[in-house]
Amino acid sequence: MLESEYQEQNRFFLNMGPQHPSTHGVLLIVLEMNGEYVLDPQPVLGFIHRMHEKMGESRPCPGFMPNTGRMDYVCALPYNHGYVSLIERKAGIEVPERAEYIRVITSELNRIASHLLWLGAYLLDLGAFTPILYGFDDREHILDILESVTGSRLTYSYYRFGGVCQDIDEKFVERTRAFIKRLRKRYGIYEKLVTKNIIFIKRTENIGIVSPDMALRYGMTGPNLRGSGISYDIRKNEPYSVYPEFDFEVPVGRQGDCLDRYMVRVREIEQCLRIIEQALDRLPEGPIRSKVPKNIKLSPGDCNFAVEAARGELSYYLIGDGTSTPYRLKVRVPSYSNLSCLPELGRGILLPDLVSILGSFDLVIPEIDR
Amino acid sequence: METISTLPPELIRMVISAIIVITFLFLNAIMMGYAERKIAGHVQRRPGPMEVGSHGILQMIIDGIKLVAKELIIPFNVDRTLFRVAPLLSFTPVILPFLVIPFSEKLQARDLNMGLIFIVTMGSVNVMACLVGGWGSNNKYSMFGAMRAVAQAISYEVPILLSILAVILMCNTFSLKGIVGAQQKIWFVFLQPVAFLIYVVAGLAETNRAPFDLPEAESELTAGFHTEYSGMGFSLFFLGEYTNMFIVASVATVLFLGGWHGPHLPYGEYLGVVWFLLKVYFLLFLMIMVRWTYPRVRFDQLLNFSWKYLVPFSLANLLITAVVVKL
Repeated sequence: MLESEYQEQNRFFLNMGPQHPSTHGVLLIVLEMNGEYVLDPQPVLGFIHRMHEKMGESRPCPGFMPNTGRMDYVCALPYNHGYVSLIERKAGIEVPERAEYIRVITSELNRIASHLLWLGAYLLDLGAFTPILYGFDDREHILDILESVTGSRLTYSYYRFGGVCQDIDEKFVERTRAFIKRLRKRYGIYEKLVTKNIIFIKRTENIGIVSPDMALRYGMTGPNLRGSGISYDIRKNEPYSVYPEFDFEVPVGRQGDCLDRYMVRVREIEQCLRIIEQALDRLPEGPIRSKVPKNIKLSPGDCNFAVEAARGELSYYLIGDGTSTPYRLKVRVPSYSNLSCLPELGRGILLPDLVSILGSFDLVIPEIDR
Repeated sequence: METISTLPPELIRMVISAIIVITFLFLNAIMMGYAERKIAGHVQRRPGPMEVGSHGILQMIIDGIKLVAKELIIPFNVDRTLFRVAPLLSFTPVILPFLVIPFSEKLQARDLNMGLIFIVTMGSVNVMACLVGGWGSNNKYSMFGAMRAVAQAISYEVPILLSILAVILMCNTFSLKGIVGAQQKIWFVFLQPVAFLIYVVAGLAETNRAPFDLPEAESELTAGFHTEYSGMGFSLFFLGEYTNMFIVASVATVLFLGGWHGPHLPYGEYLGVVWFLLKVYFLLFLMIMVRWTYPRVRFDQLLNFSWKYLVPFSLANLLITAVVVKL
């Protein structure tokens, strides 16, 4: 029998998901396999489609705020940020500087929380149970801090058109500074437990290499793109809010393997801390919310706004028709594009490597399905 | 009393031994389960079970009752015979080695002169449970787990045997009692450190413990060969795993850590069991710590590690031992 015939006869399908521990949510990947080798992985989406975009088109624009925090529940504040900035740009609303600072501080805190959760979940995919609890321990402090000012712990809708809904106080600043100190001390633990762990390196180095060309072809963004060595960060490339005022770096990887994507995220945590520190130092006094008309009219014509969410470029696109309800609202989420390269990347690899690659992309399924 | 005295004493001895062994086995599984969860908790900076009893000490008993009370769900289209036999297959071979383990000088059910071979054989039977359970479950994930278990067992029994052989060469006996007796002056761990390390690593793989828990790798294969098992079926696998760990640790104690030898105790021929258990549980503690520290290796890495490192090193070790003993 020919080798190819033999291969053909031993092909079988394996449904990974929608309730598989490593797909983190309800993602189904139909794997065509030969033994433990994956021949063709095809993601199947749509299990938790909730029509967020349609909801945005069927109610006045403030009513969509809570939805934004529920698309990516791991890192909700940048989603809030993108939406409020979009409406502000469309309706020409000025935002006080203090409000922008508060937005940056809380968004960056949320980004750290997201990266910490990802770190734990990724290690869980690789079979180490302990790091997720260390990550949760640190993340808990962030959630407490954010809860004290936003009132919720996960699905925030804290920002308002023209500002934020509640001012931060001295205690918030104090707690955030204490947290920054604490997290910096914890780097050593993560380094010993994860980064220098020989098994971890063996499971991630040279696995799932995304070349820069491939990353661009699939429209990957965020740490996944930066892992491939392309320095592209909306906060630097299309600065919004008060990000241009801060001094921070955009970490990039060398060759785009899972280890690079891991390292980029870990190094990004430090950059987030730097941004928060600078913002706290320069926090201006003043109002936190400008005067906004009760009924915001969205003028005819389109408008776009992109922010850097924890997983990559998040952009909102809106077409107004003169009423306060958007005619069309489109959300471009990063995870969708990041996932789309899986069929090409996952050809001919081992099943455990597929789990490792999938974990390294930091996918949030409710964000993909919306 | 009369009826008892008419029975052959050998039979009474066997029954008593069996009762003691099975009681000990359940107690051990409960203790290990509790220790595992407590240690995992403290490794992860959380208290672990705290609710049932003082510091959650009764948690495992409650869990055991829960598992016994649960229905054994048999999925559609499975091979019913194999599906039911597999948990028993995982449980039975791990009871039998207790026959020959010398807990102390006098606490040993039977001193077989091929005791070590007996234990190793029973260890190999154990893998049949994974194969049968995985095959019979009618589930692709279980099948993966079963195949991995077999490949893993085959490649890790070789270094185990080779490292054991090095010890055998030094004391010229397969009797466990004889091996412990030969360590009166110095434990073999000091004479055979390489063999000890190889045995411990291969033993981790043999018992399917993390970082070598590939047959059940929950992030890849959901739960591997026992994906479809619930209730008693699952708990027998669980009991089997913990007892197997105990046996691997006891063999390591017998072969390398001097068995019951330790500072002198009154009634030493019986109370040596204290030293024996201390050493065994120290090894088990190490195994638990390793599990909660390391990620899982990949399957081909695991096999490569065995064939490229463990087997050559143990062969070299065996050769050197043979030459030195001959001189």
